[in-house]
Amino acid sequence: MSEVQQQGGGDKKGKKIRSKKQSTRIDMTPMVDLAFLLLTFFMLTTTFAKPKTMEIRVPERPKPDEKPPDVSQERVMNLILGENDKIYWWMGLTKPETEINTTNYSKDGIRKIVVDKTREVEGIEAAQGKEAVKYPIVILIKPVDKSKYRNLVDILDEMKITKVDNIAPIYALVPVAAEDQALLKEKGLK
Amino acid sequence: MPKVKPHRSTPSLDMTPMVDLAFLLVTFFMLTTKFAPEEPVIVDMPKSHSPMILPDTSMMLITVSKDNKIFFNLDGKYYKQELLNNMGGAYGIKFTQDQINRFSVLPSFGMPIKELPAYLDMDADARKNVAQSGIPCDTIQEKNELKDWIYFSRYANKRSVIAIKGDGDANYPVFNRIIETLKAQDVTLFELITNLESEPGVKTDTK
Repeated sequence: MSEVQQQGGGDKKGKKIRSKKQSTRIDMTPMVDLAFLLLTFFMLTTTFAKPKTMEIRVPERPKPDEKPPDVSQERVMNLILGENDKIYWWMGLTKPETEINTTNYSKDGIRKIVVDKTREVEGIEAAQGKEAVKYPIVILIKPVDKSKYRNLVDILDEMKITKVDNIAPIYALVPVAAEDQALLKEKGLK
Repeated sequence: MPKVKPHRSTPSLDMTPMVDLAFLLVTFFMLTTKFAPEEPVIVDMPKSHSPMILPDTSMMLITVSKDNKIFFNLDGKYYKQELLNNMGGAYGIKFTQDQINRFSVLPSFGMPIKELPAYLDMDADARKNVAQSGIPCDTIQEKNELKDWIYFSRYANKRSVIAIKGDGDANYPVFNRIIETLKAQDVTLFELITNLESEPGVKTDTK
C-alpha cells in the first residue's frame, strides 16, 4: 500500500548504498483508508444542483381612488389555468359568444400561441397608426381553484420565455371572474 | 536469522500522487459541502427555466407541502429568538428561555402557535413523529397566523428575502392566500424556488 518511499540520495555512480540502521517508514494505510472514506462520504452527500429561483413581482394594493389602466380589448388575452394541466384561452372580453380554445403547457402549446398572438397584437396597433411603439400583449392569468402550483410556475416561466422582438408580455394574476366561470360552464369545460 | 532472499522486483507502487489528490478532493468536498437543513416534509419543487440562483442571504422560507400545509422558517438564530419573543407577546403565550433556545435551532415548522410550546418541549426524536397541521393562513384576519409570523420576521430581520417553496402538486388557492397575505403587508417582491429545467432548444427569442 501507500508508503513513503525513502529514496536514497547521492546515488550517482550506482554504488551500493549503505543501508540505514532504522527505517523511517510509516505505514500510512489507515490514514489513506480514512481519507478515501471521507472522500466518498463527501462526494455522495454533496449536491451541486443549487435550487433556482423565480423572482416575481405582484402589483401593489390599489389605492382607493385609483382607476384600473385603460387597455384596448384587442390586446387582452385571457388564460384560464384549468384542471388537469389544461389551459383555456380567448382574446378580448368575456362574452357569451366567445369561442374558447384549449391548449396545454408544451412548447407547441401555449408558448406558440402567446408568440403568435403577440405578433398579431403588434399588427393591430400598427394598423391603428401607432407604429412607433410596439405594444405588448396583456395576459390575464386566471388560475382556478383546482389548478396546481406547478401550473402557475409553468405559466409564469412561459411569460418570461416568450419574448417577441424583445417585448415581454405584460401579465397579471387575477381571480376567475363570475362571467368567466359561467362561460366555461356553458361550454362544458369546467 | 537466515538472510531472506530478496524478490527480484517488489510490486511496490508509489501512491503519493494519488493520495495527494485524494486529500485535495477531501478538502475540497469538505469545504464546499453545505448540509441541507432538515425539512419536516418532502417537497417536490416544480421546474422552471429561470437561471437565477437563490441568494445566500438570510431567508424567510414559506414551504407548502403536497397536502397544502404551510410551514415557516426564518434564517438566523438571534432573529428567531426575537421572532418568538414578539410572537409570544402578540398571542399572549409566555415561552420559557429553554423553549426559545430550542426554537432558535428548529428547522421549518408548521402548526398553530398555541401548539408550539408543547412541541418545543419534546425531544428531537419525538418531534419527528408529530404530524404537523400547518400554519393557519385564513382569509379571516384573526385566523391568519402566517401574517404575524411574516410581520414579526420582517421586524426582526428587515433584510431577509422572502421565498416560497411549494410542491408542484399543491393547489393554487393556498398560494393565492400567501400572496394576498404578503400583499396586505406591501410585500410585492418575493422568490419562488424551483428546480432548473434543462430543455434543449429553448429560445428566448423565437424569431
